[in-house]
Amino acid sequence: MKIHEYQGKQLFRKYGVPVPIGIPAMTVEEALAAIPKVQQQAGTDVVVVKAQIHAGGRGKGGGVKVAKTKADAEDAVKKIFGMQLVTPQTGPEGKKVQRLLVEQGLAIEHEYYLGMLLDRATAQVTVMASTEGGMDIEEVAATHPEKILKEPIDPAIGWQDWQSRSLAKRLGLSGKAADEFAAFMRPLARCYEEEDCSLLEINPLITTKDGKVLALDAKINFDDNALYRHPELEAWRDPNEEDPAESEAKKWDLSYISLDGNIGCMVNGAGLAMSTMDIIKFYGGAPANFLDVGGGATAEKVTAAFKIIMSSPDVKAIFVNIFGGIMKCDTIAQGVITAVKEVGLKVPLVVRLEGTNVELGKKMLAESKLNIVAAADMADGAQKVVKAAKETQR
Amino acid sequence: MSVLVGYDTKLIVQGVGSAGAFHAKQMIEYGTQVVAGVKPGKGGSKVAGLEQLPIYDTVAETVKHHGANTSVIYVPPPGAADAILEAAAAGITVVIAITEGIPARDMVKVKYVLDHEYPEVVLIGPNCPGVITPGQCKVGIMPGYIHKPGGVGVVSRSGTLTYEVVHQLTALGLGQSTAIGIGGDPVKGTDFIDALAWFAEDPGTSAIFMIGEIGGDSEEQAAQFIKDYVTKPVASFIGGQTAPPGKRMGHAGAIISGGKGAAADKIAALKDAGIAVAPTPAEMGTTLAKLLS
Repeated sequence: MKIHEYQGKQLFRKYGVPVPIGIPAMTVEEALAAIPKVQQQAGTDVVVVKAQIHAGGRGKGGGVKVAKTKADAEDAVKKIFGMQLVTPQTGPEGKKVQRLLVEQGLAIEHEYYLGMLLDRATAQVTVMASTEGGMDIEEVAATHPEKILKEPIDPAIGWQDWQSRSLAKRLGLSGKAADEFAAFMRPLARCYEEEDCSLLEINPLITTKDGKVLALDAKINFDDNALYRHPELEAWRDPNEEDPAESEAKKWDLSYISLDGNIGCMVNGAGLAMSTMDIIKFYGGAPANFLDVGGGATAEKVTAAFKIIMSSPDVKAIFVNIFGGIMKCDTIAQGVITAVKEVGLKVPLVVRLEGTNVELGKKMLAESKLNIVAAADMADGAQKVVKAAKETQR
Repeated sequence: MSVLVGYDTKLIVQGVGSAGAFHAKQMIEYGTQVVAGVKPGKGGSKVAGLEQLPIYDTVAETVKHHGANTSVIYVPPPGAADAILEAAAAGITVVIAITEGIPARDMVKVKYVLDHEYPEVVLIGPNCPGVITPGQCKVGIMPGYIHKPGGVGVVSRSGTLTYEVVHQLTALGLGQSTAIGIGGDPVKGTDFIDALAWFAEDPGTSAIFMIGEIGGDSEEQAAQFIKDYVTKPVASFIGGQTAPPGKRMGHAGAIISGGKGAAADKIAALKDAGIAVAPTPAEMGTTLAKLLS
């Protein structure tokens, strides 16, 4: 699960990680009212107006503006709120800005990068830091890997102050800034652990001319598997940031991702679901979605999954590819039959069934008299569905 | 011959709720020696349909009374990490965790403790279908009937793709020595290299099929390991060639992030190491068969 920058900073405040003074706004009026408040609290006229969308690269797309006066800030608010912000991560269609963060401007001494994430190879959370703050960190990693410093967090004892001192030294921080950095890292590491983060990025982390260390940005992802421990985070979900089909799928505990193609897929198991997309592509088609109905799905869940697939106007053919293990083929057949009876079948449906109770499942589909194309195996099904999608598209 | 599980396996089931009980029944029917179940607070009780199975409060009791040496875990995510560590502390040497959805933070701690306190314990999973030695012992959730005893060792990050390759191999007359599902989580017990090393040494294994997917770089490391140490024929398949970056494809570990973990890089590494890569999931069996002919 992803959250907005302003939410990340609220979390940082709760843990005592220093962040600039700022006020989030859900409307233009709120944002305009926030400007004098931030100016007054911070004791400076300089404010930064920041678009709140989940995608990165907001500055490049014109979603972040520094304003030296109240009038400039008001202009920036009016300009950014409601704009269709295009960044390298949003795709060409961009993302509509519906939330803003009005923040104090700071006299920056230097910008750093700081990230925390799980290193799979060591199975430990790793702190990454770089003097190349404000830059695209993936690019730095590719061109200057030596400029990315790493420090693992010992799972038994957690982050240690000496590691902060070591990183500070290597980042060229000294004196007050080095002390401030250690004071910054302590609560940050605690936040990552206690909130079950899966990614935490601060780009940039800054030092100010008066020696303070602050998080100027906050990008936080949470481990979906641990959300049950943090029910309060649900309130931070922004429906505008989520694909409606993906949200609907989540209600049913289905693993669903919208894609650009026109062949709807319903598969059991993540690996088989991914490979089904691959084989559709191999035979010249394009998948409209990734969908893993999971191992223990009920007929109701399968019906819901099928309806989600059919709700997309882009879908020109559907491929159901099931290898029943725990999942029984008759459950799939029942779910498909129910869904089609409820919402109709407007496009060709190709079904490949294998595994537990396969004969029963096939028999149920045959007796349903639905217009279903049976496939002998995965390759046969993929070829048939690609052909069907092309014919429907015409 | 086989690896990890076989005739000597004395299995306990941790978590005998509906899923655990259902699969316990299936495993017993397959011929697996299931010696006991563990259900904290319900020791001495009976599970409907499995009246012959003794139920204990703790894993330690099953080791003491039945000589249990292997455990399969169906405990839901909030208690799963605890269940793994309980098994290790009780002296179980092979722990197979089926549970999907264990928080990464919990697994980081489990792995750390296992590595430091119980290096002799083999953890398979979590979020995996289990391990089967066809004809001898089935531990997990895979459909037993698609398997056939033989010489192909299978190791895979995906459950259903494992069934797919096994089904294809069996149809081609190629039986399996042992099939190991290592699971789709970012932090897991056994990784490809461990399993490859076991298969390389197992006299009952004459060829290996490896199924990877996007995310992480285990496949690249496995490719290097195979190049350096494995002389048996190896074929492979990588799922997720069309997966978009930044999206978690079902498995917690299946994500291309920070420009890393793409299928193309893994396929290139495997091919560089001289490993046959099936172009589509429908050709996994034939790709290995071609290698053996």
